[in-house]
Amino acid sequence: MITYPLGFSPAELPLNWKSTVLEKVLPSENVLGWMQVDLDENLNFNSGILICTEGRLLAFENKKFEPEITQILDLHVDVRVNHFDFAGVGNIEVLASNCRIANWRYTLKYQQEGAKFTEILNKVCSNLNSLNVDPKVQEDLLPPHYNPLDEGVSRCEKCSSVLDSNGECRSCQTTGPQNVSWSLFRLWRFAKPYQMQLLSGFLLTLAATAATLVPPYLTMPLMDDVLIPFQNGQQIDIDKVSLYLLGLFGSALLAWGLGWAKTYILALVSERIGADLRTSAYEHLLKLSLEYFGGRRTGDLMSRIGSETDRLCVFLSLHLLDFATDVLMIVMTAFILVAIDPWLALATLVPLPFIAWLIHVVRDRLRTGFEKIDRVWSELTNVLADTIPGIRVVKAFAQEDRETSRFREANRNNLNMNDRINFLWSLFSPTVTLMTEVGLLVVWAFGIWQVAHHDITVGVLTAFLAYISRFYNRLDSMSRIVSNTQKAAAGAKRIFEILDHVSSVPEPTNPLHLGSVQGEIAIEHAGFRYGNRAVIKDLSLLIRPGEMIGLVGQSGSGKSTMVNLICRFYDLSEGAIKIDGIDIRDLTLAEYRSHIGLVLQEPFLFFGTIAENIAYGRPNATRKEIVQAARAANAHEFILRLPQGYDSLVGERGQGLSGGERQRISIARALLINPRILIMDEATSSVDTETEQEIQKALDNLVKGRTTIAIAHRLSTLHKADRLVVMEAGQIVEIGKHDELLAQKGAYYRLYEAQARQAQNERVVFESNAGVQSTGVSL
Amino acid sequence: MTDLKSVNVQRTFLDFQLFRNPLGRWVISLDAKFQQSVRDDSIHKEKDSHHVPDDFPLSEHPTEVIVVRAFPIEAPEQGISILSPEGRELLWIDDLDQLSGDQRTAVLQALREREFMPEILKLERVSSFITPSIWSVQTTRGSTDLELKGEEDIRRLSSKTLIVSDKHGVQFLIKDLPKLDRHSRKLLDRFF
Repeated sequence: MITYPLGFSPAELPLNWKSTVLEKVLPSENVLGWMQVDLDENLNFNSGILICTEGRLLAFENKKFEPEITQILDLHVDVRVNHFDFAGVGNIEVLASNCRIANWRYTLKYQQEGAKFTEILNKVCSNLNSLNVDPKVQEDLLPPHYNPLDEGVSRCEKCSSVLDSNGECRSCQTTGPQNVSWSLFRLWRFAKPYQMQLLSGFLLTLAATAATLVPPYLTMPLMDDVLIPFQNGQQIDIDKVSLYLLGLFGSALLAWGLGWAKTYILALVSERIGADLRTSAYEHLLKLSLEYFGGRRTGDLMSRIGSETDRLCVFLSLHLLDFATDVLMIVMTAFILVAIDPWLALATLVPLPFIAWLIHVVRDRLRTGFEKIDRVWSELTNVLADTIPGIRVVKAFAQEDRETSRFREANRNNLNMNDRINFLWSLFSPTVTLMTEVGLLVVWAFGIWQVAHHDITVGVLTAFLAYISRFYNRLDSMSRIVSNTQKAAAGAKRIFEILDHVSSVPEPTNPLHLGSVQGEIAIEHAGFRYGNRAVIKDLSLLIRPGEMIGLVGQSGSGKSTMVNLICRFYDLSEGAIKIDGIDIRDLTLAEYRSHIGLVLQEPFLFFGTIAENIAYGRPNATRKEIVQAARAANAHEFILRLPQGYDSLVGERGQGLSGGERQRISIARALLINPRILIMDEATSSVDTETEQEIQKALDNLVKGRTTIAIAHRLSTLHKADRLVVMEAGQIVEIGKHDELLAQKGAYYRLYEAQARQAQNERVVFESNAGVQSTGVSL
Repeated sequence: MTDLKSVNVQRTFLDFQLFRNPLGRWVISLDAKFQQSVRDDSIHKEKDSHHVPDDFPLSEHPTEVIVVRAFPIEAPEQGISILSPEGRELLWIDDLDQLSGDQRTAVLQALREREFMPEILKLERVSSFITPSIWSVQTTRGSTDLELKGEEDIRRLSSKTLIVSDKHGVQFLIKDLPKLDRHSRKLLDRFF
């Protein structure tokens, strides 16, 4: 009887491998673990499976679609197994006495399995000196607890965010219909609050359209009862004429009033819909994670929220209204025509299907064209958004010409795209006009024929011609709706793309709440990757309340990423970060971040006064609190030296203030919210040493009594840290105090030595320069 | 500096004298006892109402000073600071109310001499509607002409307050935009 102590039973093996694997596993063996691989040595896709038993590692591979055993390795104490990944390809390698004896590759799909399997293999190997695996070890061999998350909460396997009540992951869901025109209907969500106004607008449109249809109808009796009898020798009946003329004038007046009312009401509504859309798009945008902003261009986002919503607004207030009026007009006219004379009406309506067909053909081409124009247009704005903030770099490297040519290139693309569309477009309108002329011709011919046969009167024919000319006029302008709708739909689609994007750091559905925060941060088996690059690997760290941690390491070692993860700008791919024992993903973002003070390398000051900037995190702070925070941040005195003190305006990038001054304002900002957790990301590295000392004083005030995580390039700035954590390639390599770490002569020692050497070199260079100068003077 | 809760300030009169020395500069003399009390105070209350740095020389010898407002626009009556010429803060006054009559007069006089931010009361005419443009204005400090370099030199401070910087960096304040007369507002509308 075979037992499977680790919970791996052959039943769980993938079906396609099961029979082959079980054939090769000896009856005395147990399958302790397995992992699937999906690449061969040349990185072509080919599936395989690795099986670990108590004493052997078996590798299977698909050979010509048949599972086959390819390698059998005997495991022993000297065997070590590593796994690592690069550019999306995972590697698992087996080493024995400094020799690689085997390795397999897999895509990151199997990343977690790979890590688990490596651990199992290493445990098996290190326990192999005792021939029988004792039960305790077997317990140890249980697969590592990968997501040490609360039992009650179920999480998504892909992104490990909390699942909603239906067991679905909101972050991974793809939402939104794919049809472009459909996105226009989705605007209903924004139109709903205004449905009453919309209804009244519609009724007004109906009435106004009806009013405009009265005059042609009056031409009929005017012709038949007044003009034609007069031609035949009768007197003009003044009363009748004035009645008809009054009717004409009255209906024109009515149409004017109603037209004004409907346009005004609908413009009012559409402006509000546009404003709501803009605000919700912006609101949603700000809630998205940093990941979204990282992958997007500023200019593109700006044009989406700015001009696209405006375009939609114009579409709703002008084009859509016109279109509705046109449709009403056509339907009503058709009814009137049929009521007067069905045969003539039939002849009139003949060109209509042709025009409808024409519209349909052009529709598709225009749509893709306008989408392309939009994209080209945002390319243009992107050039602007790139160069204007980076103007100093552009000028310093004298690249104005290059940027101009980049702009010209983008502009030319825009032009080309427009040219292509315009060819089609310009053909479209005259064709419609031609059709209407042909239509009129048909009506004339058929009308004259009918008059000749005394089927209709001349008055009826004139009325028909009056109607029909309006009718076709409308058709012409109606055809314009096609392109306008497509433009608007493309715009709506691009806005809904923002609105549909679900933040990759989702808000929990059932948030927990922190009481008073102690400030203990526990990072448990954290793993994180940017795309296919693993930046943080299985990192665990417990930070006690009030402790100051200095994160050191070379650039690219994952320090800043760690900080971003703790701030929850991104979510972990594996593991958990807990504050006072609560997973940060279970807290609302706003609540969690209100406990965090962040001081960045490049302090960002918003346009406004200094007082407003300090009070950014707590807009209702009193002036006294602002002054106190500024004092503690060592900023008070320099602020008083400014002409308008705390009321001085600071510009978009804080022009007029030095780097150190801006930094101290941002420290005051962090101090004012009185956070339990403080994070400083290279807070002093952009300033000179003297300013650094002033900032350091401010920071020392800031650190007192708070859990602090500080990243610094200059190790000297971390002298107050309780523990230094040295990171290398996304992992912690050393933890300890400065002296202990120096004594260890490890990674920290190397970093420290390198900096000390550099400082010494600088001094030597400086002194030798000074020496040269002084000799120069003495000569 | 961990607790930022506001502490109620006792309405105490500060014991200092601000006067002009023979050179015409403003100087301050602090009573030694008062200095000590302020200093003791500041230890207990964590520097709140009035603040004297620890290394400030304990003497009754008058020291040259500069008087500045911390919030000249938002709260001109509150937050007055007395600085040494090097910019070190010597004394912080929470509110002008805390001062005796003489002190208040002296402080206000010192402020008046140093602060220059004329408030525009009326915009009489402008030379052109495209910048650069010369504005003839009436201000709290008399009528003058100012040259506006560009529209971006008019900046909004709050919903009602604007700051207009002229070509030479002199800043003019428009304190209450809606209260400006119709003619001025009409002219201003062409720029802002």
